[in-house]
Parts: sequence; structure tokens; C-alpha cells
Amino acid sequence: MQNKFKMILLSLILPALLLIIWELSAIWVQNATILPTIGKVLENFMHATDNFIGLGSIPRNIGVSLIRVMSGYTAGVLIAVPLGVLMGYNKTIQQVFETLINIFRPIPPLAWQPLALAFFGMASIASVFDMPFGQQYVFWGNFKIAMVFLIGMGSFFPVVASVMFGVQNVRQTLIDSARVLGASERDIFFKILLPAAAPSIINGLRVGLAIGWGCLVGAEMLPGSLAGVGYLITHAYELARIDLVITGMICIGVVGALLDSIFKIISNKYFFWESKTR
Amino acid sequence: MEKIKIDHLEKIFHSQNEMKINALTDINLSVKENEFVCILGPSGCGKSTLLRIIAGLEDASFGKVFYNGQEHIKPCRDIGMVFQSYSLMPWLNVLDNIALGLNFSGMAKPKRLSIAEEYLDMIGMSNFGKAFPHELSGGMQQRVAIARALANNPDVLLMDEPFGALDAYTRIIMQKELLRIWEQRKKTILFVTHSVDEAVYLADRIILMSGSPGKIKKEILVTMPRIRDRSNPEYGALTAELLVLLEET
Repeated sequence: MQNKFKMILLSLILPALLLIIWELSAIWVQNATILPTIGKVLENFMHATDNFIGLGSIPRNIGVSLIRVMSGYTAGVLIAVPLGVLMGYNKTIQQVFETLINIFRPIPPLAWQPLALAFFGMASIASVFDMPFGQQYVFWGNFKIAMVFLIGMGSFFPVVASVMFGVQNVRQTLIDSARVLGASERDIFFKILLPAAAPSIINGLRVGLAIGWGCLVGAEMLPGSLAGVGYLITHAYELARIDLVITGMICIGVVGALLDSIFKIISNKYFFWESKTR
Repeated sequence: MEKIKIDHLEKIFHSQNEMKINALTDINLSVKENEFVCILGPSGCGKSTLLRIIAGLEDASFGKVFYNGQEHIKPCRDIGMVFQSYSLMPWLNVLDNIALGLNFSGMAKPKRLSIAEEYLDMIGMSNFGKAFPHELSGGMQQRVAIARALANNPDVLLMDEPFGALDAYTRIIMQKELLRIWEQRKKTILFVTHSVDEAVYLADRIILMSGSPGKIKKEILVTMPRIRDRSNPEYGALTAELLVLLEET
């Protein structure tokens, strides 16, 4: 118990130091458009449910952002995981896709912005699913296909690479052992390769979500956005509300860390064997 | 009756710079039912490759392997194999690992787990059914690997230096254990090792191999009764003879 307390204390030293430096600098600068005090930012969180600069409450903006990221992420993952598994499993499939993936991978997702706009324009989930005009339409109109595309692009590559690596690096002895026990090709795939690669797959999903979430601000800078934490940040900047910019940044950081910890919990619960296996 | 027959077997590996490496050349060997055969040779003589070809994990370049008179090409559950180390599925507990082969053959879970329990008892690890491989010592892991191979009830058991990674003490215990199991279950065993002592202690017949290219140099019948006594002069003489032969290879 004593030890745990010490560990928590250790992990809080640097954040606390940062807060102190921030507060001292803010007092020294004396200019809220460059660096507001902690109190000013804290006040935004105290009134999180207020309507900020016409964009709605903080939880609402986080919610909109989460739906955006999740739809892009889901789309990216649904393609990346099966493709990565197949590429790891079959050399021919890998050969077919690898060059293309290697060329596209270094392109930062935000560089797709102009093309995404040109391809998808103002199309949104609302217009694609041809929703009737009304409140529903306005809400789902927030989720532009161009944004979903950007976030999907961001999540796709780390997931595909990690999944492929995981499947390829399953120890040959495990596969051989299964074969001499009478495993069919189907058994090898579902009962050996997939479970053995599962930790790498989860790790890929984790990195993919982190990058997808990181693409948020860029995606929400696209025209047609009227809500979301990323948009809140850019709009607050135009209004010189740096306190709100920082509020948004903290939201992105904290939500990102929470999402990441979900994966950490899954890893620790189901893949505890991985780190201990030589 | 002949269980395994190897007929003019040859294995050539093609290395990256187009070089041909002759790993095995003109191997002829028969193994009788219930026989315990040790393949002894220096590292790199192709003895592991030979075992992998018999298992069906690798193709022969020339020649054939027969099992019960039928040509044997693909791995199957009748010919089990125990590897040198780290062959357990790290995400499965000990019981599920032992039951893995029965899982592949489609046996219902309660039935295969009860068979696995039986083999768990046999290797003296009844309390470790729910443990995971990383929680076990190297010796325990190998015992589980042997139990896993036996639970599948194979006719022939191929063992590729199964005790190679163990310390001397555990190794001696495991050798005794293996002989007990072999006598109890009546299997045909082909056991690869580079330890002269291990071969003399275990085998009905020792196949001595020499390297580059790998070939059979000599066959020696071991007629001493089991359990063999390492301090017996006959045991020492045979060990010495084999050591000299090994040095010549």
C-alpha cells in the first residue's frame, strides 16, 4: 500500500511542476490572449455545461468528436484488421498490397485534407443515408464523410502494420506443434495464428485509436464543422479565447488517455501471458 | 512389424546464394513397433531435419518415408512430436494445452478435459492444470509438452532433443519418467539427441550419424536391461566407444 502511494506520487510530480510553471508564467505574462491563468481555464470546466461561444457545452462537443473519431476509426479498422491478418498469413497477398501501403503510409493524414474535400465535399452521414430534414438531419449533418475519411486514414496504417507483424511473427514451433497434433489449415488460422497474434492486434488497435483521435483537430478544421473539440479550439483561437483553446486541448488529452487505458486494461486482463513469454 | 521405414532419403537445402547444401544423404532406416530408437550425432548433422521430414513438417528432396507400409507426407495425429522447447501455446493453460490435439480432432470439451486430467496426473502435475506455461519451469513445460503429445494417443512419438534445454538433474529425472511412460503406454519412439549418455541410457538401438552431408555411420544395439545403471562397466564401455566414434565423425 505504501508502495502504491509512492508510485502515484511519483507519477504526479511532473504534471504538478508543469502546473506551477504555467501559473507563474501566466502571472508574469499578464496577458490572457497569450497564456491565461489556471483559474481561468478551471472556470471553463466548472461551467462545462454552459454554452461556449455558440458551440454548445463541453460534454456535447466531446460527444460529437467521439462519434466522429469512432466512425472513422471503425471504418479504418474494419478494413485494416482483415487485410493485416491476410497479409501476415499469405505471402502473395502481402506482395500485392505492400508496395501501395508503403507508399501511402508516410503521408500524414492531414495532407489528405484537400483531396478529402474534393472527393466528398459536404457529404455527411445525414446526406449519405438520405435522412429526412429535421433535428436528426442537423445532428448527423455534423459528421462529414471527409472527416471520417481523414480519421480512418490515420487509424488504418498503424493497425494494418501491427496486425501483419503480429501474424507473421507467430513462433514457427507453435505452428509446427499444432500441425503434428493434427491441426487443419483452418485450425492453424483460427486456433493458433489469431490467438497468438491477438496481443499485437490489440496493440495495433490501440495505436490506431490514438492516432485517429490525434487527427481530430485537423479533421474538424474542415469547413462544414460546427461542433467538436477540434472545432472549438480553432474557433476559440479566432476569438482570441486562449483559455478555451487550452480547455479543448486538455479535453483531447484526457479523453485520449482514457481511451488508451481501456486498451491497457484489456491487454492486462487477457494478454498477461504475452510479456512473460520468451 | 515395421512401423517406420525410410528409403534412400535425401535432403538438399538451397541457400540464398544458389548454393546447394546436402543436409542428408542416402538415409535408410527401419523402426520396429514399440522400439525405442535414439538418433545420435553432432550438431548440424541433419538429425533434426530427418525427424522433421518423418513428421511431415518438411519435404524430402529424394526418397520416401513409410508409416505402416504407406507413404507418409503430411503431418498427422498418428505421428506425434515433442520439440526442444517453448512449444506450448502461451495463451492456453496447462489443461487446454494438453487437450489441444483432441480439440483439433473435434472432441467435446468436457471429454477432452477429462482425458487431459488423466495425462496431467501421469506427469505428476495434478495441481498445475490451471497454470499458464510462463508460470512453469523449463522441466515442467517439457513434461506438459510430452503429455500433450501422448494425450493425442499417437502411434509413433518423435522427440527432438526434448531434454536439451534442461539442467543435468532434471534431465535424468525426465529420462526415467519417459522410460516409465514408454513401458506403460507401449509407443514407438524416435529420439534425437547429441548426448551419448542419454542415448545409452534410453535406447534399444542407437543410430549414429555424421555430418556434412548427414548420413548414418553406424547402428548399435543396446541390450542392457533397464533401468540401466550408469556405474555398470558395460555402460561405461559403450559410452566410451560411442564417444570415440563421435570424435571420428
